[in-house]
Amino acid sequence: MFDKKMLKEIREHEKQWEENCYRPLTERKPERKPKFKNLSDIEIKPVYLPTDIEDVDYLKDIGFPGEYPFLRGIHATMYRGRIWTMRQFAGFGTAEETNKRYKYLLAHGETGLSVAFDYPTLYGYDTDHPFARGEFGKCGVAVSSLKDMEILFDGIPLDKITTSMTINGPAAIIWAMYIANAENQGIDKKLIGGTIQNDILKEYIAQKSFIFPPESSMRLIVDTFEYGFKYVPKWNTISISGYHIREAGSTAVQELAFTLLDGLEYVKAAMARGLEIDQFAPRLSFFFNAHNDFFEEIAKYRAARRIWARELKKLGAKKPRSMYMRFHTQTAGCTLTAQQPEINIVRVTIQALAAVLGGTQSLHTNSMDEALALPSEKAVRIALRTQQIIAEESGVTNTVDPLGGSYYIEWLTDKMEEEAYKYFDRVEKLGGVIPAIEKGFFQKEIAEAAYRYQKEIDEEKRIIVGVNRYQIEEDLEIPLLKMDEKGEERQINRLKKLRKERDNAKVQRNLERLRKAAEGDENLMPYILDCVHSYATLGETCQVLREVFGEYKEPIIY
Amino acid sequence: MSRKIRVLIAKPGLDGHDRGAKVVARALRDAGMEVIYTGLHQTPEMIVETAVQEDVDVIGLSLLSGAHMTLFTDVISLLKEKGMEDVIVVGGGIIPDEDIPKLKKIGVAEIFGPGTLVEDIVSFIEKHVKREDR
Repeated sequence: MFDKKMLKEIREHEKQWEENCYRPLTERKPERKPKFKNLSDIEIKPVYLPTDIEDVDYLKDIGFPGEYPFLRGIHATMYRGRIWTMRQFAGFGTAEETNKRYKYLLAHGETGLSVAFDYPTLYGYDTDHPFARGEFGKCGVAVSSLKDMEILFDGIPLDKITTSMTINGPAAIIWAMYIANAENQGIDKKLIGGTIQNDILKEYIAQKSFIFPPESSMRLIVDTFEYGFKYVPKWNTISISGYHIREAGSTAVQELAFTLLDGLEYVKAAMARGLEIDQFAPRLSFFFNAHNDFFEEIAKYRAARRIWARELKKLGAKKPRSMYMRFHTQTAGCTLTAQQPEINIVRVTIQALAAVLGGTQSLHTNSMDEALALPSEKAVRIALRTQQIIAEESGVTNTVDPLGGSYYIEWLTDKMEEEAYKYFDRVEKLGGVIPAIEKGFFQKEIAEAAYRYQKEIDEEKRIIVGVNRYQIEEDLEIPLLKMDEKGEERQINRLKKLRKERDNAKVQRNLERLRKAAEGDENLMPYILDCVHSYATLGETCQVLREVFGEYKEPIIY
Repeated sequence: MSRKIRVLIAKPGLDGHDRGAKVVARALRDAGMEVIYTGLHQTPEMIVETAVQEDVDVIGLSLLSGAHMTLFTDVISLLKEKGMEDVIVVGGGIIPDEDIPKLKKIGVAEIFGPGTLVEDIVSFIEKHVKREDR
């Protein structure tokens, strides 16, 4: 990137600078810490120079936005063309309450929906299942049947708004409910857009809402890939997620490496089924965390795009769309403090800015009160306004990848990539992603990193404002969300009524056909769609698959 | 003869957030306690059963799903049924301030919310497990 003569002069000058300027100063007045490190434990130098990126070949390694290797962004115009989608993850209580929240968010300028489901739903249980005790509507909305899905999206145009659904174990079933709901409204499923998370590997690794063992889970996922590109072509059939890996305590490098490894595992599984890479790969999407170390996060997103493009090309992708990585970002929930919650607004702003400078396609900004409870309307509105300020006022959207070419950012991008590839090698030595999960490799790496992070806070090597420094005595005055106390009762009554009034013979027939298909090797999506169309519940449909596939039990590691 | 303090770290319900539970389990172990971690997805019955089997002094319940009022209450009443009132129950996770007095009233000894330093949990347990038990 730089001519040899100039690099030589810089190197010579650097030596002089160290001797005459930097060293005398640090001898007189030492720096604040003996070493400066980012959250991935990468040591950071006092200053970065052209010599730090002298091996970079601009056209080959960095290039132009919208072109391979997509380091600078997936589109030529990025936010000059279109602002990222502002998509706030939301869901609680009954479908009625959550529907109201969606309408509130849309009325305040949100541009996409994102559904949080409650725990029973995430595990494929209906609200009246014994394991659902105490969990109804707590961490998201309860959706036990197509009936609930109809209420959840009542009055929301499914052909105009895109919806992301955080659902993994029972993703195929919940997606089928969304499709069925659109079909019942007379909307062609070719027109509906959105995302199902559908990323089971990171469930085993970090988030832990798994149901079936790996092999059957992978089959269901490939079924959705295949059904998606054939019949629901605007849908992202997976959101390969680093977010939860990071929330579980990983470093940025681990998040990057493990997420990409998971992604490649899905690509290989689909190819093993005989699917054409350029048919399904354009519908794969990603989801990353935006944590505290600003530049590290930006470098992470940039490195992720370049690695993905390179690896997909290696696997035979030809279309740019198959190679470019589209991703959603959420600011890091685990960085929110219960102490002085208002200051979380500032944390979220910095994290959101990193996501934008890293070229995200959609963004969720956390609400200030989320270390305490589900967010109140006001807290959510401020979080959304934070994105709107970045988009409308800050000017960072005027040019593509404004930090590209920064010596530090380019060096760090390369470094993150290099460290990620070290994990690729380690996992390969363990026999691949699934064997590594079964051996507890990822889980152990993450638990170690989480413990180290907490220890650093305890020992005040890491400062968290309001937690281990700048504390105050305070009376909390943040009004928390109150949920409808009758919600659970209403939901259970609705389920009872549904089970009584639907055509139960038809439900049984559809469930039996699903069981037979699951025992064989056909694509299960059409069978699942028949089940949900006939108002078989989530729990009933999942139970059939549980009986055929079995349930996953994780190794306990800490 | 003094024995090590025995602690059961448990994850009741369907909540999969196990970062805190694992960090606390490891910190208590490093502080010289005997720690048993249940793993995920435990019913209150399973937790109390393990507590009996392992003869623990302390149960640490970790929950971030919001189901604490139901599930912590279940654990405490099962402990009472088994005559195990001496076991100290502490909790951690996302627990709104207004629920803390209610949980203490039913017998939860302390709630450790986000931002708690693990050394505070260690010293709480060391202080509250009766010396004669050890």
